[in-house]
Amino acid sequence: MKSISVPVLAGLAKFFSGATVRWVGCEPDSCQRVYFANHTSHLDALVLWASLPKQLRAITRPVAAKDYWDGGPVRRYVSSLFNVILIDRKQVKAHNSPIDMMIREIGTRDSLIVFPEGSRNPTGEMRDFKSGMYYLAKKRPDLEFMPVYIDNLNRVMPKGEFLPVPLLSCITIGPPIWLETGERKHQFLSRARAEIIKLKEQDSNEV
Amino acid sequence: MLPLIPPLPSLLPLLQSWFDTSLLDGKTLILLVAILLVLGVCWIGSRLLRRQPAANLDAAIIRTFDNRVSAWLTICLLLAVTMLFGRIFTVLFFFFVSFWALREFITMTPTRRGDHRTLFWVFFLFTPLQYVMVAFDWYQLYTIVIPVYASLFIPGRIAMTGDTKRFLERIAKIQFGLLICVYALSHAPALLYLKLQRLNMTSYEWEEWNGKPAGILLFFVIMVQVSDTLHFAWDRLFGKHVIAPTVNSTRTWEGIIGAAVGTAIAGMLIQLLLPVTPFTWYGAGIMAALISVMASSGSMTMSAIKRDRGVKDYGTLVQGHAGVLDRIDSVCFAAPIFFHVTRFFLERPETASEMARQLTGNLPF
Repeated sequence: MKSISVPVLAGLAKFFSGATVRWVGCEPDSCQRVYFANHTSHLDALVLWASLPKQLRAITRPVAAKDYWDGGPVRRYVSSLFNVILIDRKQVKAHNSPIDMMIREIGTRDSLIVFPEGSRNPTGEMRDFKSGMYYLAKKRPDLEFMPVYIDNLNRVMPKGEFLPVPLLSCITIGPPIWLETGERKHQFLSRARAEIIKLKEQDSNEV
Repeated sequence: MLPLIPPLPSLLPLLQSWFDTSLLDGKTLILLVAILLVLGVCWIGSRLLRRQPAANLDAAIIRTFDNRVSAWLTICLLLAVTMLFGRIFTVLFFFFVSFWALREFITMTPTRRGDHRTLFWVFFLFTPLQYVMVAFDWYQLYTIVIPVYASLFIPGRIAMTGDTKRFLERIAKIQFGLLICVYALSHAPALLYLKLQRLNMTSYEWEEWNGKPAGILLFFVIMVQVSDTLHFAWDRLFGKHVIAPTVNSTRTWEGIIGAAVGTAIAGMLIQLLLPVTPFTWYGAGIMAALISVMASSGSMTMSAIKRDRGVKDYGTLVQGHAGVLDRIDSVCFAAPIFFHVTRFFLERPETASEMARQLTGNLPF
């Protein structure tokens, strides 16, 4: 059953978002990666996952908010199809750290899709990144951190809407970054944020 | 021993009956093959030029030429395939083109959160509905649903969201997009449903036109292509007086007039050599000139919108998409005018009363 419904879901996500994917200064690869992107719509995780090549889709797990994807049977079913790791945003505690859970879940094979802003920003301006990504990089320095800029998806499905409008969107994936030796938390986080902004500016310059 | 393949003579009636149901006959098929051949040769030529650029030719011109030829070749191939399968597939093909063009148009247009649900209805109700009505030949409905019903629905629905910022501008943009990308374009497949008459040039009497309806659509599409090509050529070779440098620095008056005259001659030639339309030879010339002028103004209008929005092509708006709207802007403008002029002059007068008879049927009045 899943062998049919997973490609169907990916196809639908790609159709409704009209997404084109550009790999700038990097190539698709099956090594363990963390795709970190700006967060504009509930569709972000699904569309970014769907726009990866088929082989990578099977080993890439988006990290998403439990309060949204656990709400109702349809969302629960959809999230089970694309291997979401659900994080309970209200219950983040030291003994129940989501970072440890992510590391456990990916093992030595899977990649992650994270949205380090934590929640979507309705104005479209990027928020400061949450510190989780830094701890992830510190505990697993071998992971490649890929910046991803998602454009126009907030218009396809804005906050609070449940029906998509099939506009065209664009996903730009940039060259990886790693945690440098001796780099402080805020330095790493603002560098990561700047990488996404760089992709955004590149995008608008080419037009 | 039974032959695995039926002998050729028994295939002929089969082929004959298939021809009767398909949109094409001998003449239209020849025209279709001819245009595909011309485009194919141009395509191979432009590929060769791109690989091995001639020193005396501008690389930008070759690129433009190559893009256009590839786009038109794709459109004509798809049109040819859908025409072989029948009317409903041709309508479906235009529906997909409309849907994609509208997608590009709205992506380029700044809309606000409040427009979201309106846009949903525009994409998933009005766009498919228009083509369903065309496929069922409900002329009286498909000519008014978008200009009247949708035009009133859009502001009404947006007003209910309570977002008044740039209200008039937003509704106008959505209405315009729907009108050009869906309503106007849907008149091209609607040509296939016209019941026409023709003027017999020896007896000067009106008689029923028995040609295949694909002929008139093919004539229209080819004339738009010829007009675009001639416009481009005249601009480059003889263009002196630019119409509006702020809109497009290459479009000239010489281009518009040259293209109209050239297209008219091409139209007359096609009608004289291969009469696929019900027009007289001079009628074909006038219609071709009309198509050419509308096509030019369509490209100018879309250029003006693009300049206003600060984008060069609809295709580069979101990286990697081939701009459908860039290629069909001229078709969109010419289709409704060509449709209505043809219908006004050549529709069979009995069609209306015939329909009324069918509808009332055996009623006692």
